[in-house]
Amino acid sequence: MNIPLMEIVALETGFYLGHSYHNKNSLCREQQPPGKRGSMKFAVKAWSNGGKARTGVLYLGTCPSPLETPALLLSTRKGLPHFISPDLLPSLPHPDSFLLQVSPLHFLEGPSVTTISNIGGLHQMLRLHDYAFAAVARDSIQCLPESDSTNKLGASFETPCGRRLIKPAEYLQMISSMRPNIWAALADEVPAWVSDKRNKTSVDRTIKWLDECIELSPQGGVVFGAVVGGSKVDERKRCAQEIAKRNVSGFWIGGFGLGESMLERPALLEAVMDSLPEEKPRLICGLGLPEEVLQGVATGVDLFDSSYIYNLTLGGFALTFPLDRIETNASGFQSTDMGVDQTKINLKATVYRKDTSPIVASCTCYTCLNHTKAYINHLLNVHEMLAQTLLEIHNTHHYLGFFRSIREAIKDGKFEQFRQMFIQRRRDNIAAVAVCA
Amino acid sequence: MALRFEVLGRFNRARAAQLTLPHFVCQTPLFMPVGTQGTIKGLTTNQLEEIGCQIILGNTYHLALRPTSELIDELGGLHKFMNWPRALLTDSGGFQMVSLLHLADITEKGVTFQSPVDGKPMLLTPEESIQIQNRIGADIIMALDDVVKTTITGPRIEEAMYRTLRWIDRCIAAHKRPNEQNLFGIVQGGLDPVLRDICVRGLVDRNLPGYAIGGLAGGEDKDSFWRVVAQCTAALPEDKPRYVMGVGYPLDIVVCSALGADMYDCVYPTRTARFGTALVPEGVLKLKHNAMVDDTRPIDPACGCMVCKNYTRAYIHCLVTKDAMGSQLLSYHNLYYMMKLSRDLHSSIIEGRFPEFVCDFLQKMFPKGDIPEWVCNAMEVAGIDISSCCAPFTSPQDYN
Ligand SMILES: [Zn+2]
Ligand SMILES: [Zn+2]
Repeated sequence: MNIPLMEIVALETGFYLGHSYHNKNSLCREQQPPGKRGSMKFAVKAWSNGGKARTGVLYLGTCPSPLETPALLLSTRKGLPHFISPDLLPSLPHPDSFLLQVSPLHFLEGPSVTTISNIGGLHQMLRLHDYAFAAVARDSIQCLPESDSTNKLGASFETPCGRRLIKPAEYLQMISSMRPNIWAALADEVPAWVSDKRNKTSVDRTIKWLDECIELSPQGGVVFGAVVGGSKVDERKRCAQEIAKRNVSGFWIGGFGLGESMLERPALLEAVMDSLPEEKPRLICGLGLPEEVLQGVATGVDLFDSSYIYNLTLGGFALTFPLDRIETNASGFQSTDMGVDQTKINLKATVYRKDTSPIVASCTCYTCLNHTKAYINHLLNVHEMLAQTLLEIHNTHHYLGFFRSIREAIKDGKFEQFRQMFIQRRRDNIAAVAVCA
Repeated sequence: MALRFEVLGRFNRARAAQLTLPHFVCQTPLFMPVGTQGTIKGLTTNQLEEIGCQIILGNTYHLALRPTSELIDELGGLHKFMNWPRALLTDSGGFQMVSLLHLADITEKGVTFQSPVDGKPMLLTPEESIQIQNRIGADIIMALDDVVKTTITGPRIEEAMYRTLRWIDRCIAAHKRPNEQNLFGIVQGGLDPVLRDICVRGLVDRNLPGYAIGGLAGGEDKDSFWRVVAQCTAALPEDKPRYVMGVGYPLDIVVCSALGADMYDCVYPTRTARFGTALVPEGVLKLKHNAMVDDTRPIDPACGCMVCKNYTRAYIHCLVTKDAMGSQLLSYHNLYYMMKLSRDLHSSIIEGRFPEFVCDFLQKMFPKGDIPEWVCNAMEVAGIDISSCCAPFTSPQDYN
């Protein structure tokens, strides 16, 4: 079967270009819905005992039920999870999985902003009407800031279609057509190692661009002001204070995960958080590992992105750390010496070849209910895409569970114990493995 | 014999039947998607059920290499391993060897080939092929046949046909699970009607649960193709399923069904999806094409699949050949299209409107009425009047 028989290029038949068919069959939205997409309410519900960690409730126009924070935004490519097709999305926990992060830059090669606008924006194009989209230029996977090429006109990014300079006006056109629930202002993000002068410029530009973005913003749009400032506490503070003065609904904290060490982070995060009003939500980019998430939550971050799950999935890893609460002092970390670092397992490892148990016995995700480690090990060995689908489902499910545990710990006033226990448990296991080795 | 085959309706040679296999009650005609390594292109088994897949084909050669048939057996068989509750079919492994490995050599003992693992010479005998397939545990297993290219001529074809007949007895003798798995014999004989006839008779004498027509879909001309199918289906028993291997395109399936075939398999729907091509009633739609970039219609407005109900061509265009999701969504649509075609064939035969269905199908695919001659010839033999969708006769010379 090597010569396709009827390679009718449909266009040549004229059928597909017949404009009479256009309206009849179009998947465009007939009428624009009322502006409920633009509505957002946020309220802090509880603080952990003596700490800054907080739980809150986020009401977003399109979501049928409120979302509790701290929460995870699911990473997407062009609006859909990387390997989970839309019909499988409802199998993830509700409503925890209803927050999706999308990068407008994914659509640089089309559909055009006019087409996306005609279709009715992201919700209609992706047919995810009950979901909430947060648009952020940087996705930490395919679209990364390229600070060397950023200039006063716009921010430069490495994207799947090459290096692109994005000006505020152009960015706002994308936002207007896509109509996300939340969008982050354009930022000049710089890595930790740039000069003080460049870092200062990045703060100045980010503030200026926010003003431009607000001026151009579509009515009812919910904008999160971008906070940058690199590894300088003073600049972080200055940026946060300036942004907090603007008419924004929340904050997007950028410039992390770009070369700074985990040790210098708490001071930077605190400088930012202390300068922001308590009543508005804070979304951070670039903190992915469980320890990093705990670090962010400890300083008062509410929303996190999840490129971490994508990276785990691509590497063949599955999250396995226990999700129990602090009271049950289980030492349930899986201890085998193959491809394990106590929070996750590498399903490519040969120990799983004949393992007919699910990834996590108590997990209720589609993957764990239906498939064995042995099968996923096989799929990884033969490079079949279903491996990534099943892993992304489990890892997303598991990480959403981690966020639920965090929220419970905060509500119980025991976040700090939870965090210490989590970190201690990992240390113990690393030590145990080292002794065995 | 571990199957039941009940013909529910006929139109001339075409038939709609119920095929009861150990794991599923299937409706024929049916298309079997190819899940080479125990999975189909990022689709979950739940999705495959939703799409309406009844039987999935697994490739013995690939599964024997990884994860190995011993492992599949140890873990309870392929159904359990991949968590697929419906029916499975495995091929013999011989075809894959001959087509994938340059150094494959066929002798009376079996197929000798160089191991892709360590390069050592290996031998796949009919006995071994059956043993492996017994371990994998599919509902239908295929006899090892002596595969030759259809385009080859001469004494090699005859040798291969007689060897296939000798090997079927070794396969039958080696088959250890006849009450759980159905061994199908494969009709060989190239494009030679005399050889095909000898082979069919030889196989029918063995009273197998089902029969396959092999050695086609290998680049032979279409007229030879349908004639072999017509000859074999006419000679095969009425009460056994007939499977045309490696077919195919929707048009081929409609023609073969009109001629009395029941089962098909092909990688085409999923492979072409990976390259951004969707199957539609008009033929194919190339989603990669620039004209799709701002097209807000679904792939096929008449399709009821999850993808067509929700997504524009513009959106699929930006995914195809770049993102995994593009291939996932297009594979979903293409398999849905094939399953819908199978269901339509089945119901139109049962409801006595098969000719109308065929005409409608041809009209959409050839709106100008320029139906290929081989299709017209085959339909005449099948007793299907397609004059209503053919253009008035014009010989090619008229245009010169
Ligand atoms: Zn799971
Ligand atoms: Zn469809």
